[in-house]
Amino acid sequence: MFYRESGDFKTTYAKDTQTFPIKLDRMGYYTILAIAFVVIPTMLVMNVGGGANYWTNAILLPFLIWAIASIGLNILVGYCGQLSLGSGGFMAVGAYASYKLMTSFPDLSIFIIVLLSGAITAGVGILFGLPSLRIKGFYLAVATLAAQFFLVWMFNKVQWFYNYSASGQISAPTRSVFGFEVTGATASAEAKYLFCLVLLVGVAWVARNLTRGRIGRSWMAIRDMDIAAEIIGVAPLKTKLSAFGISSFFIGIAGALFFAVYLGAAEVGEAFGIQKSFLLLFMVIIGGLGSIFGSIIGAAFMVLMPVLLKNIMVGQLNWATDIAAHFEFVFVGALIIIFLILEPHGLAQLWRLLKEKLRLWPFPH
Amino acid sequence: MNATAESYVTEDGRTIGAPVMEMKNITLKFGGVTAISNISFDIREGEIRAIIGPNGAGKSSMLNVINGFYHPQEGEIWFHGEKRKPMKPYQIAQQGIARTFQNIALFKGMSTLDNIMTGRFTHMKTNMLMQAIWKGPAEREENLNRDIVEHVIDFLEIQAIRKTPVGRLPYGLQKRVELGRALAAQPKLLLLDEPMAGMNVEEKEDMSRFILDVNDEFGTTIALIEHDMGVVMDISDRVVVLDYGKKIGDGTPDEVRNNQDVIDAYLGVAHD
Ligand SMILES: Nc1ncnc2c1ncn2[C@@H]1O[C@H](COP(=O)(O)OP(=O)(O)O)[C@@H](O)[C@H]1O
Ligand SMILES: [Mg+2]
Repeated sequence: MFYRESGDFKTTYAKDTQTFPIKLDRMGYYTILAIAFVVIPTMLVMNVGGGANYWTNAILLPFLIWAIASIGLNILVGYCGQLSLGSGGFMAVGAYASYKLMTSFPDLSIFIIVLLSGAITAGVGILFGLPSLRIKGFYLAVATLAAQFFLVWMFNKVQWFYNYSASGQISAPTRSVFGFEVTGATASAEAKYLFCLVLLVGVAWVARNLTRGRIGRSWMAIRDMDIAAEIIGVAPLKTKLSAFGISSFFIGIAGALFFAVYLGAAEVGEAFGIQKSFLLLFMVIIGGLGSIFGSIIGAAFMVLMPVLLKNIMVGQLNWATDIAAHFEFVFVGALIIIFLILEPHGLAQLWRLLKEKLRLWPFPH
Repeated sequence: MNATAESYVTEDGRTIGAPVMEMKNITLKFGGVTAISNISFDIREGEIRAIIGPNGAGKSSMLNVINGFYHPQEGEIWFHGEKRKPMKPYQIAQQGIARTFQNIALFKGMSTLDNIMTGRFTHMKTNMLMQAIWKGPAEREENLNRDIVEHVIDFLEIQAIRKTPVGRLPYGLQKRVELGRALAAQPKLLLLDEPMAGMNVEEKEDMSRFILDVNDEFGTTIALIEHDMGVVMDISDRVVVLDYGKKIGDGTPDEVRNNQDVIDAYLGVAHD
């Protein structure tokens, strides 16, 4: 009985529906926030172990940014039941929107730019979500795949998007928040980290609020039984488009951060290709469909796993890098199949089950 | 009773008002199949109106016409004394019409509580921004509606399964949750498509009691499709009988029971 909910009675509806109803969960949550906002930045500033830049670039930034995107895709796929393979393209919209805004309005705050990029992506997402009224499941996936290819093609072809640069690349100028540089070559690891962290916490909070109430229930109603949703008063098109919009808003924010903060310079096909769409889908499936928490651990898993595998296979076992890379594909593929068959609710569900076990332990009855 | 009067009082003291829903000469075809053929009938305010008939008679199709899934080729629908324009099902829901389905149509991935909370959809108004912020209007609205939903849960005696995912519930309870979801909308007109199909005697008694109580306590008008003749005769004020898409009888349970067409076409026929 390490983990207990007994004696924790709810006397109001608000307490009954709070995000972390169990005291121990709440304490865990505050501990994680303290580590994320205080301990890690301190370690980065002091450069503990000498690897601040490595850890930031290999793990911390990709994790934070992918977690934002993963929450976005989970709203569409996990909550609203609309399969999308266009996420890479939508991230590209966020990236190119932020590039055009940064270069057109040099004085505009980067924070506003990131949010505006999300808003522009939301508009594009809603546009590509229009066919969802008529087509479902596999066919919708194919339509979003078309969006992916179209968007990448467009950002390649239309030179205006990359300001007619000869290389066809976009690169992020230096921008600051409260005097700390968060984009550009000289931005510090801890500033970039904190900027992305604040956005992830904001996105997770908004996503949690949207999914706990009326709008979230209308998304899930459409997902589970669209006919019944309609006779309750849920307008199918409006509801699906709102999911496309919110989902793309978050994915666009992630795309802007991925380009401006993480990569610094990007070429659309390489940075936002179809592989990114699949990677994001894997995060959502492995983390857990229909769970905000699952989206975050799914992103953590997919970011950490290759680093870990590489360290073990190349670092410890001295495998050739290409064999290690191939093995990683096989490993991820197998995991996806296992999760889809055995645990469609992903790591989030495994975590819940583990907690249930701990609650009963050592007396299972 | 006098069926042509504007309103009358039943033996058990309920007031039945003027027609709220009038179906006039409805014809509905699917390709070559005529599911409903020139049928007219009305549903009066506050009454329990049964629709009976053998399988394939067109009963479910009639409910689908009422709540806008099917659009009849001919005929008019009058609601509260006004001719209704063609509308989408979700718009009709907003007018205060709720229903349950012959085959359970619950939201399988959601708990009992969330299913019934979803039934409050048309009554909840806070916008996306307020929902995103949650604290303030959205949370207040959620709690107010939760209060109403808790009353529905108490009324249907399903407190114990509040947090259970509905997919895990036995069939009889799922039917009850689906009724709860429809009741949560506080509809003016409630359509029930075979709410007792597949239930044992005890479950049927519970369900009959709920239907009568809803009608009695909240004055909800109910149209109900049911195969169990005992139940129909017991709880309904008036019965309309369909057979092969045609109306063959309409009146009080006693009138219908003694109608020769009905006896020939329906009561004599074995059915499930
Ligand atoms: N969507 C549909 N497409 C084609 N035929 C239908 C459809 N819905 C109902 N029907 C036909 O209409 C007739 C009446 O069906 P229904 O209303 O379900 O009967 P009941 O509910 O009285 O058993 C049947 O012949 C059925 O096959
Ligand atoms: Mg039927």
